[in-house]
Amino acid sequence: MLPCAWNHPLQYTHLSIGVPSKPTNSVSEPATTNIIVRDLVKQFGRFAALRGVTAEFAAGRFHAILGDNGAGKTTLLRALAGLAHPTRGEILIFGKSPQAACREIGYMAHPSLLYDEMSGMENLRYFAGLYGIAGDKRSEGVIRSVGLDPELARPVGQYSQGMRQRMSLARAILHDPKILLLDEPFSNVDVHSAREMVTLLRSMRDAGKTIFAVTHQALLLEGVADEFIWMQAGQIVDRTDSVHGPRLSTAVNTQQAEVL
Amino acid sequence: MNEASSSLLSVTFATLKKDIRLEWRSKDALNSMLFFSLLVVVIFSFSFDPLAEESRLIVGGLVWVAFLFAAVVALNQTWARELRNQVLDAYRVSPAPANALFLAKVLGNFIFVIVLEALMTPLFVIFYNLHVLGPAWQLIPLALLGTWALVVNGTFFAAMSLRTRNRELMLPLLLFPISIPAVLGMVAGTTAVLTGDNPAHFYIVLLLTYDVVFTTACLGLFETILHAE
Repeated sequence: MLPCAWNHPLQYTHLSIGVPSKPTNSVSEPATTNIIVRDLVKQFGRFAALRGVTAEFAAGRFHAILGDNGAGKTTLLRALAGLAHPTRGEILIFGKSPQAACREIGYMAHPSLLYDEMSGMENLRYFAGLYGIAGDKRSEGVIRSVGLDPELARPVGQYSQGMRQRMSLARAILHDPKILLLDEPFSNVDVHSAREMVTLLRSMRDAGKTIFAVTHQALLLEGVADEFIWMQAGQIVDRTDSVHGPRLSTAVNTQQAEVL
Repeated sequence: MNEASSSLLSVTFATLKKDIRLEWRSKDALNSMLFFSLLVVVIFSFSFDPLAEESRLIVGGLVWVAFLFAAVVALNQTWARELRNQVLDAYRVSPAPANALFLAKVLGNFIFVIVLEALMTPLFVIFYNLHVLGPAWQLIPLALLGTWALVVNGTFFAAMSLRTRNRELMLPLLLFPISIPAVLGMVAGTTAVLTGDNPAHFYIVLLLTYDVVFTTACLGLFETILHAE
């Protein structure tokens, strides 16, 4: 069975998962700060993956995190998710630690975070149980919202990479988090599917979600992301409102040329 | 029942159901355990060819050697499937209680090892010409308490060695020394029942105490293990 078509703005709105009545995001509108990172250091042995990151991030905005391999993007995302404990410094999400704010955070990692031997619906049913979500309605809704069919009985291990990424996104948004942390959501996804995924993310941002996406495919987010955060050697070196900002490296440009 | 207890029970049940479903589909642990136990039964029966009297003296040890090593196979599998696709991270970022995951894993492993014991016991009886001289019903609490002792510590130490490079080697190194009192209780208790020479009550109480102490300690420490990097 083929996955359903992607009609995200409509489907996502139909989910009515705590969506505000009007879009809250706009570059010109003032946004409240809901994530504060202070002097964040993360060391793995003698290697410092994050070297004193300090930043504040506004609510309801789409933040694209860019940088070369080893720049600290994934570590920053894992620290925000509460998976990497800071060696020094602190993270406050709505004034709480990431662990205390876990119900507000949806995390999509580079691996799928799904059981290969179970179908998508079985996976989501299990994860819904972890968040105390009863019944199948919610799981079916999010699977449809990412363009897949909840009736698909095939185990996730037999999905294509694109379908797996979508299902992984469905798992991340299952509990209707206010903050989405996405680690390379477009990797190994064809251009068409990646664009559809971007459309879905835009609709989520417009519905008030705060989104962080680590990606090497920055041009996909041009005109969609509100802010591009440039990381290098474990530090945020620049924050721009365009992918063509001053820190765009040759490496990123080359990858975009290949994708687009 | 308060919300926390209800959450603990519902997540434990959901995780147990998921683990049984995954094992039913892959049969990774059950097949390996069965194969290993069968090897032990057959090879030792060929080597010893014991009389009924001798059997009663050695089978207590043989049975638990087979089940102990077979359990280690299951214990390694139980966390290995959580590492594929880093699924454990999805649990770690959720508000689900850490102990629910631990309890579900312990219960799942307990069920798998008990199923193995139920399948292998008739083979031990046939191959070693066993006739129980003591009160046979005492084998049931010995098996249940002994198996719980193995899986509760095994599940905990398997989780502890999860992120180590040689985790399949680390598990027996950590598990076997700390299981010595329980293994002594299992072997001596089983032999006591088989020979009918001594009462096995002492060993049952020993295993019960061991189970209570280590279950409590593991439950108290598991959250730290789960969230360790």
